[in-house]
Amino acid sequence: MRKGSRDLLEPRDNERFERLVMPHMDAAFNFARWLLRSRADAEDAAQEAMVRAVRFFGGFQGGDPRAWLLRIVRNTCYSWLEKNRPAELMMEFDETIHLTDTSASPEASALAADERQRLSAALESLPARSREVLVLRELEGCSYKEISAITGIPMGTVMSTLARARERLQETLRRGEGREVRYGV
Amino acid sequence: MACDLTQTLLHGYLDGELDAVRAQEFERHLESCAQCVEQLEAQEAMRSRLQAGKLYEAAPRQLAVRLRAELAGTREKKSWGSLRLWKWATATAVAAALVLAVIAATNLRSGRGEDALVAQALDAHVRALQPGHLTDVLSTDQHTVKPWFDGKLDYVPPVKNFSESGFPLVGARLDVLQGKSVATLVYGRRKHYISLFVWVPKSGEAEPARSGSRNGYQWVYWSAQGMEFCAVSDVSAGDLQNLAELMRE
Repeated sequence: MRKGSRDLLEPRDNERFERLVMPHMDAAFNFARWLLRSRADAEDAAQEAMVRAVRFFGGFQGGDPRAWLLRIVRNTCYSWLEKNRPAELMMEFDETIHLTDTSASPEASALAADERQRLSAALESLPARSREVLVLRELEGCSYKEISAITGIPMGTVMSTLARARERLQETLRRGEGREVRYGV
Repeated sequence: MACDLTQTLLHGYLDGELDAVRAQEFERHLESCAQCVEQLEAQEAMRSRLQAGKLYEAAPRQLAVRLRAELAGTREKKSWGSLRLWKWATATAVAAALVLAVIAATNLRSGRGEDALVAQALDAHVRALQPGHLTDVLSTDQHTVKPWFDGKLDYVPPVKNFSESGFPLVGARLDVLQGKSVATLVYGRRKHYISLFVWVPKSGEAEPARSGSRNGYQWVYWSAQGMEFCAVSDVSAGDLQNLAELMRE
């Protein structure tokens, strides 16, 4: 067995894991879902991250279990993206992802798209590194300190990263509402 | 000209992350900067939209079940890879064989082996180990699990959490044994699962306690307080007897 890795949890650790980490399963899934932009991929990634969390649990020294778990989720998702969709990680802050519109006519989609879809599409069109700070801040309610711990962005840079991400989101929403959505190239 | 602060301090202010001194400074700045006021309102509006948009997506319920199954699987796979564990497993197997021989002898003497009911309980346990079948209600809290049975059964099964004794309550589900709905409590034991079936006997006559094994699964049957219990798992017979003891207390 490898040193430093724990495959089995002692009953006591098992109980601790259930109590400290398992309650953050929703946070793990939600974060993975927005990083990978897919529920199905997020299920796999969240499960893999939780298994890794069990393995590393011996090294968990206390502190904030949610931030600890979300950092593992983020690493898992980024590895997955590197392997499966590397282009998404190469994007700069000022780029947007072209979303494929599945509906027949743009007019119909504009009318049918409800508010949630609109917001969701706007958020998904942002580069992962902008999207993640918004999800952590607005959906997960993380403090700057937690965002820094999860993403590895220096504490002093979290504010400006969020500022840029919010500006992008605002602009994307404004553009979408002006019906100037571009359809591919 | 764009105000520099809209790109920095405004967001710290919006997020309540500025210290008191900087927050006051920014508020003073707001008095004289229309652009920051406008931007702050726009950002607050966007935050409200995001929150009203219900974008948060909770984990599907089966994820926890899949995860626990996966963890149980990981344990077994890894265990077989290690020589030390091999030795340990062999010793355990020998010990288990001895225990089984004793149990088998006891069963022969009492003239009772595995009956139809036990066979159904074993099948139900194995089926429950398939992804997504372990629990209908997933909770380590007995006060969540117990009320869940309300209206589903015509009796109230005793629900206790023995996590301090190494048998944490995982959840519960309904099974059908001999055409009757029964309560099944699910307990964890070192990453293994135990199904504990609880029902009320038809005749009201208690049968003697007995136990046995099939295909690597152990089972223990007993009755107490007018109810019948059958615990099934791949943990050791000793573990199951411990759980039976805890339930009787």
